[in-house]
Amino acid sequence: MEVDRDLAGAVEAALALAREGGADQAQAAAQGSVGLSATVRLGEPETLKHHRSRGLSLTVYRAGAKGYRSGTASTTDLSREALTATVEAALGLATRTDDDPCAGLPDADLLAIEQPDLQLAFPLDLDPQRALGEASACEAAALAVDPRLTNSEGASVSCHGARLVLGNTHGFLQGYATTRKGVSCTVVASANGTKERDGWYAASRDPADLTTPEAVGRIAGERTARRLGARRIATTRAPVCFDPDAAATLLGHFAGAASGTPLYRRTSFLAGTLDTPVFAPLVTIHDEAHRPRGLGSCPFDAEGVASRDRAVVEAGMLRGYFLDTYAARKLSTTTTGNCGGPHNLYIAPGTASLEELLRDMGRGLLVTDLMGQGVNLLTGDYSRGVAGFWIEGGAIAHPVHEVTVAANLKEMFRRIVAVGRDLEFRGATASPSLLIEEMTIAGA
Amino acid sequence: MDPLTYARERLLAPAELDEGRIGAILGNALGGSVDLADLYFQYARQESFSLEEGAVKSGSHAIARGFGARVVAGERTGFAYSEEIGPAQVAEAVSMAGAIARRGEDAATPVAITAAAPAAPLYTGVDPIAGLTDGEKVALLGELDRIARALDPRVDKVMATLAGSFETVLIAASDGSLVADLRPLVRLNLSVVVEDQGRRESGSAGGGGRTGYACFRDQPHLTPEALAREAVRRALLNLEAVDAPAGTMDVVLGPGWPGVLLHEAIGHGLEGDFNRKGTSAFAGRMGERVAAPGCTVVDDGTLRDRRGSLTVDDEGTPTGRTVLIDDGILAGYLQDRHNARLMGVAPTGNGRRQGFAYLPLPRMTNTFMLPGAAAPEEVIASVADGLYAVHFAGGQVDITSGKFVFVANEAYRIRGGRIAEPVKDATLIGSGPECLTRVVMVGNDLRLDDGIGTCGKCGQSVPVGVGQPTLKITGLTVGGTR
Repeated sequence: MEVDRDLAGAVEAALALAREGGADQAQAAAQGSVGLSATVRLGEPETLKHHRSRGLSLTVYRAGAKGYRSGTASTTDLSREALTATVEAALGLATRTDDDPCAGLPDADLLAIEQPDLQLAFPLDLDPQRALGEASACEAAALAVDPRLTNSEGASVSCHGARLVLGNTHGFLQGYATTRKGVSCTVVASANGTKERDGWYAASRDPADLTTPEAVGRIAGERTARRLGARRIATTRAPVCFDPDAAATLLGHFAGAASGTPLYRRTSFLAGTLDTPVFAPLVTIHDEAHRPRGLGSCPFDAEGVASRDRAVVEAGMLRGYFLDTYAARKLSTTTTGNCGGPHNLYIAPGTASLEELLRDMGRGLLVTDLMGQGVNLLTGDYSRGVAGFWIEGGAIAHPVHEVTVAANLKEMFRRIVAVGRDLEFRGATASPSLLIEEMTIAGA
Repeated sequence: MDPLTYARERLLAPAELDEGRIGAILGNALGGSVDLADLYFQYARQESFSLEEGAVKSGSHAIARGFGARVVAGERTGFAYSEEIGPAQVAEAVSMAGAIARRGEDAATPVAITAAAPAAPLYTGVDPIAGLTDGEKVALLGELDRIARALDPRVDKVMATLAGSFETVLIAASDGSLVADLRPLVRLNLSVVVEDQGRRESGSAGGGGRTGYACFRDQPHLTPEALAREAVRRALLNLEAVDAPAGTMDVVLGPGWPGVLLHEAIGHGLEGDFNRKGTSAFAGRMGERVAAPGCTVVDDGTLRDRRGSLTVDDEGTPTGRTVLIDDGILAGYLQDRHNARLMGVAPTGNGRRQGFAYLPLPRMTNTFMLPGAAAPEEVIASVADGLYAVHFAGGQVDITSGKFVFVANEAYRIRGGRIAEPVKDATLIGSGPECLTRVVMVGNDLRLDDGIGTCGKCGQSVPVGVGQPTLKITGLTVGGTR
C-alpha cells in the first residue's frame, strides 16, 4: 500500500532529528484524518461537524548502564520547528526517566515485512446533504416503529478516513489507510409518565457493506419501545443471559485482564493462568488481525510488529495473552503483536438462537444494557447495573430495570453454559449471546 | 501579564490574526437565520511522569493547538476545526460551519470585536509545568513510592503518576465579545497493591486542582505522605473485606467524593440540552419537589483553585453559582449559550468543551449539597442494618429513565448503629428523581472532593468537582453477592 508522503516525511524528519539529538533508538507515528458527521433530530438537521486532524507522536530511547531510558512527546503541528521542539521535549524527558532493561524498540526480526491486502479503505462520500438525508431516513424509520416513540436524541451518520504512518530507527517505515462509515440512532419512548431511551448503530469499513439507515432505525425503535413498562424484580439468584452487545463487554473484560500491563504487574486475576481452563469448554476465542474489512484489522501493531490471527482460548483453555514488546520482555516471552490491544476479538458462535438460549434458561434474566464501572480486574469481582427482561417459561415476561448483577468473572467465565449463534461484527470486539448458569441479582 | 494579552501573543499573533480580521470573518457568517457564530482558539501543553517498581518508567509531553468554528442557527449547529491557525484556515472553517444555516443575501458586515472587562481569575495564570524542575517532579514520585512501601510490609506494588497541564484559550463571538482564560491543572495519583497469604487487593488515592505543583507540598491532605497513607489504608482494608450484601437497604454516604451521587442522580438530568429536548427524566418539572426538604444542591464554578472551577466557561461566560435544588424543590438548569437562548433564559456559565475539536455542551463544574444539622455519628447511629459507603469509583446515569449507578469501593456494613466489617466493591443503583426524596438525614459536615473527578458526556471529558455532607438515604439497592 502506498505510504502517505507528507506523513512519512514528518516521521522520517522526527527520526532523523532524534538521532541527531542523541537518541539511540526512536519510533514515530503520524496520523491524518478527515471526516464528517451529520445529526438529524425530529426530522431537522441538528449538527454538521467537519473533522480534519493530524498529529505525530514520538518515543525516544537513550541507552543507560542498565537499559534504555524513554521519553514520549506529541504534537499536532508538523512544521519543522514544532518537530524539533517535540524531539527536544522527548529527549529531555529521556534524561529524567530511569534505566529500564525491558524498554526499547521491538527486535527487528519481528517487524512486519509484507502487508497483506486487508481491504480497510474505500471511497468515502463526504457530501453533507446526503449524510443528513440518510440520518433523517434512519430516525424516521425508528420513530415509525411504535406510536409511543415520542421523542428522539437524533440519528447520526459519520464518515471518517484516516492515514497512519509508522517508522522506527530499525529502518521500518510503513503506512496504511482506513475508512469507517457509521450510522446510529437513539430514540425516546414514553408511556404512563415514564420514559425510556435506547438505540442501535452499525459501522463498516466499506460504506457499501453498511446496514441500511432504515434497518438501523427500525432496530433502534424496537429496542426502545420494548423497554416501556420496566419494573424491578426481587433480589434473587438466577441464570443470566447476556445478549450480544452485553456479552461483548464480558469479552472486553477478558481482554483487559489478559493484557500485558496488568499481567506483568500481577494486577490481573488472569496472571499465571496460561494453559489452564479459564472458560467453560464450549468457549473458543479468536483474535484476528487480518480479517478482511475488519474494524479491528491492521497489517502491523502500534510498534510495527507483524500482527496475525490466532486462537487465544481453545475449548476453554487460555492459550495466549495480548502482549506488546515491553510487557512481553517483563514476562520473559515474545510480543504477540498486540501493542494497542486486541484486533478483531470474538467468541466463536454456537448453534442456538437467542430464543433457544432463553428457552433452555427457562427462568432468569436477559441482560441487554449495562451501567457503571463495577469491574475489578485484580480480583475479578463484578457488580454492574443492568436493564433487560425477566424470562419465565423460556419467554420474555416483562422488561426489568434498576437492578444489579454480581459474581466473580473467574466464576462467570467457567459457568458459561451456552453460546448463541448470533455473532455479528459491528465493532472490533464481538460476541454471540452467552448464558451464565447463575449470578446474584439485587433488586427490590 | 493579563490573560487576554498573553492569549493574543500565544494564539493570534503567530497566526497573523487580530480582532479586525476575526471580526470580518465572523461577519461573513452572519445574516439569514444565524443566531451566533464563535471561534475558540486553544493552546494546551500537558506533561506526565509515571513511576512503577520504584523507577520512573515514562515521561510524556504533548502540545495541542488549534481552533474550532461554530455557527448556530435556531436548533442547527455547524462546526469545523483545524490544527492549523491562520486567516485562510479560520475563514474556511467558518464558511464550512456556516453551511448548515439558511443564509440571506445581505452583504457581510464585520463584527466589531472588543475585549470584555475581564472576570477576576479564580486561579493562577502561571504554567505549572514550569513551576518545578523535572528532577523535583521525579523526586515527588520517588517519595510517594518510599513512603507507601515503608508503611506496611504487605505493600507489593506502587504505581504513581504526576500530571500537569496549562491551557490558553481565547473565545471570540459574533456578539463582539473577546475573552481569554489561562487554565492550570495538576494531579497526583497513586495506586498500591498489597498481598497477604496469596490474596491481592488494591487501593488508590489522588488529588489536585487548578493550581501549581506546590499544592502537593502546601496542602496537608495532598502531600505524598497523606496520599500514600490513604492508598495503603484502602488496600489493606480490602484484604479484610467480605462479600457485599445484595438487596435494598438504608445507605449512609460519607462526606466529600460520594457527592458523585448528586452528579449522576440529578446533575446530568438538569443539564439544559436534555431539558430543552425533553429527554431528561427531570424535563418539565421546574418548581416541583424532587428531593426531601433540607436538600439544597448547587453547581458552583467559582470556587478558588478547584478542579471543576473556571473563571469563564468555554463560551466566555463568567461561571456562577446555580441553585439546582432549593430545599427539595427543582430550581434551576445548567445552561450554555445555545440551549439558554432556545429556552429563553440566561446562560449560567456551564458551556464546556473538551477542547477545540469539540462543540460546547452544558456541563457541571463543582456540584455539591449544602450541609444540614445532623452530626455524622448521629446519622450512622440511626441505622439498624445498612451500608456506610465512604469512597466511590465513579458512576453513570441514563438521563431519560433517571436510573443511575455508582460503585462503592470503600464501604462497611452498619449493624445496630455501629460501623461493622468492610465489604467488597459493589454497584449501588437508584432512580434520580426518586432517590433524593428518600434523603432522611443531612449531615453538618460538608466536604468537597480532593480533585480527582472527570466527567464524560457525548464522548467529551472535562474535569469536575463534587461534594456533600454525610447523607442517609433509605431504600437504595446494593449490588453485592450475599
